[in-house]
Amino acid sequence: MHPAYSIIFFTTASGLGYGLLAVAAVFVGTGWLPPARELGAIIILVGVVLVTAGLLSSTFHLGHPERAWRAFTQFRSSWLSREGVAAVLAYVPVAGLAWGWVRLGEVTGVWLLAAWLTPVLAAVTVYCTGMIYASLKAIPRWHHPLVPWLYVALGLATGAVGFHLIVAMFGAANFRSAGVAVASLLAAAVLKIGYWRSIDTADPVATAETATGLGGFGSVRPLDPPHTAPNYLQKEMGYRVARKHARKLRNITLVTLFAIPLVGVSLSVFAGFFLGAALAVIAALSVGLGILIERWLFFAEAVHVVTLYYGEKAA
Amino acid sequence: MTSLPAQPTPKRLGLVIDLDTCVGCHACAVNCKEWNAGGYHAPLTDFDPYGAAPDGVWFNRIHSYEAGTGADARVVNFPKSCLHCDNAPCVTVCPTGASYKRGSDGIVLVEEDKCIGCKLCSWACPYGAREFDTDAGVMKKCTLCIDRIYNENLEEVDRVPACVATCPASARHFGDLGDPDSSVSRLVADRGGYDLMPEMECAPTNKYLPVRDKTTGAGATLPLEDASPEGGFLGWVDRLLSDASAV
Repeated sequence: MHPAYSIIFFTTASGLGYGLLAVAAVFVGTGWLPPARELGAIIILVGVVLVTAGLLSSTFHLGHPERAWRAFTQFRSSWLSREGVAAVLAYVPVAGLAWGWVRLGEVTGVWLLAAWLTPVLAAVTVYCTGMIYASLKAIPRWHHPLVPWLYVALGLATGAVGFHLIVAMFGAANFRSAGVAVASLLAAAVLKIGYWRSIDTADPVATAETATGLGGFGSVRPLDPPHTAPNYLQKEMGYRVARKHARKLRNITLVTLFAIPLVGVSLSVFAGFFLGAALAVIAALSVGLGILIERWLFFAEAVHVVTLYYGEKAA
Repeated sequence: MTSLPAQPTPKRLGLVIDLDTCVGCHACAVNCKEWNAGGYHAPLTDFDPYGAAPDGVWFNRIHSYEAGTGADARVVNFPKSCLHCDNAPCVTVCPTGASYKRGSDGIVLVEEDKCIGCKLCSWACPYGAREFDTDAGVMKKCTLCIDRIYNENLEEVDRVPACVATCPASARHFGDLGDPDSSVSRLVADRGGYDLMPEMECAPTNKYLPVRDKTTGAGATLPLEDASPEGGFLGWVDRLLSDASAV
């Protein structure tokens, strides 16, 4: 599949933003983090900016962005529509959390309820994002039960590393903030490796023979293409560069998205303020680079069954 | 709503494509382009049409495949357009309601004024039936020529999709596949019409008729006639010329 940069930015930035807001809301809701106003303002500002920028960037690749409001209407059948509705709803508890934390300086009563609803709606929104892709049967590597949970786990992991960085800047990093980041990184790594294993060993869902129904004669090979130049289908669905380098790119993903952040976050709690903050910065930069590579590969590596009509043997 | 209509729809209009008689001339694709460039989805934008890498919106594509090897190998011309699936995934993924399947006749359509151009429907379709018009910024697709098949300004004989009207080999048939007694349904039953990529569970309306077996079809070859040395005028000529060459 052709990896559109606006979609890569949308899914990674909004996932990170929702993860950050969810982790922060849990820390404030449980009282693990005292509701210091400046810290709250920074975290909520960063989270909301990331989420909003991501959602807006998803409209950049549209043919008619001015009609984007229509995408809120078909939530009964479309996961893309559900994602839009959930994203708008998620602003409500975030606004409540912001009011209690930043304006009042205490997260109690209805503001505490908002704090607990924030991770719920954040998770629902990111789950819907994953289901946009997981619901497409025509792309067998996406149509996998782990895909929406991978989106949720990676949003949580990147958000938790971001949260650890911000609290480290305020000298408030501790074993809890590092522990949540380490645990969510490990969980996401297990899911991602499991997902790769699963798609690598899965049987093909369709072949050139079933796509054409000509398998009774033997193997099917394209003779004359329908057009003399690549058409829309080949440009949009026929992306192959990533598969050539998939092994290397997966290793780079494992190192940048999981290994470096795990080491950085773990060591940062044992270091002093400056070294600890520097290690948290390295972890956050690495996780940021890693999630971009992971998401690019997720798109670019996926084989669409329509390519079976254009020379691909199995998908 | 982009939910699918109750199944089955009273009519299931679609095409039956005969892979045995298709000669691969691309006339269907050309007539489709000609009609639709002035029809429901007009214009069908072309880019660099006379240049080195022409690109543009086409609703019909004619592939050609080699299948098998050796004496049993076949070359099969393979036209492909929207299959107007009963379980159309392109409809349910649409976030805006621009994509819909008609409850009255099962035709899958795009309402361009509602389309935001997110391309998700083209990702959802296993068959590559949808065409994004980058100039108009909306998705376009085969309409089964709704502006021909219901067009009372045309003679009744012409109220068929443009691809069917133009096919010189009568390889494309149009009709109601929901009616078991229609000519297209009987054709499917007689010839063993099949679905493309049934694993995708889209329940396509359009059916494909398989290539006939070589030995039973009209193409089976008879041996050439022998010149008979024993009888008739040709036998006499044969004997005469054979003798003469011996001299």
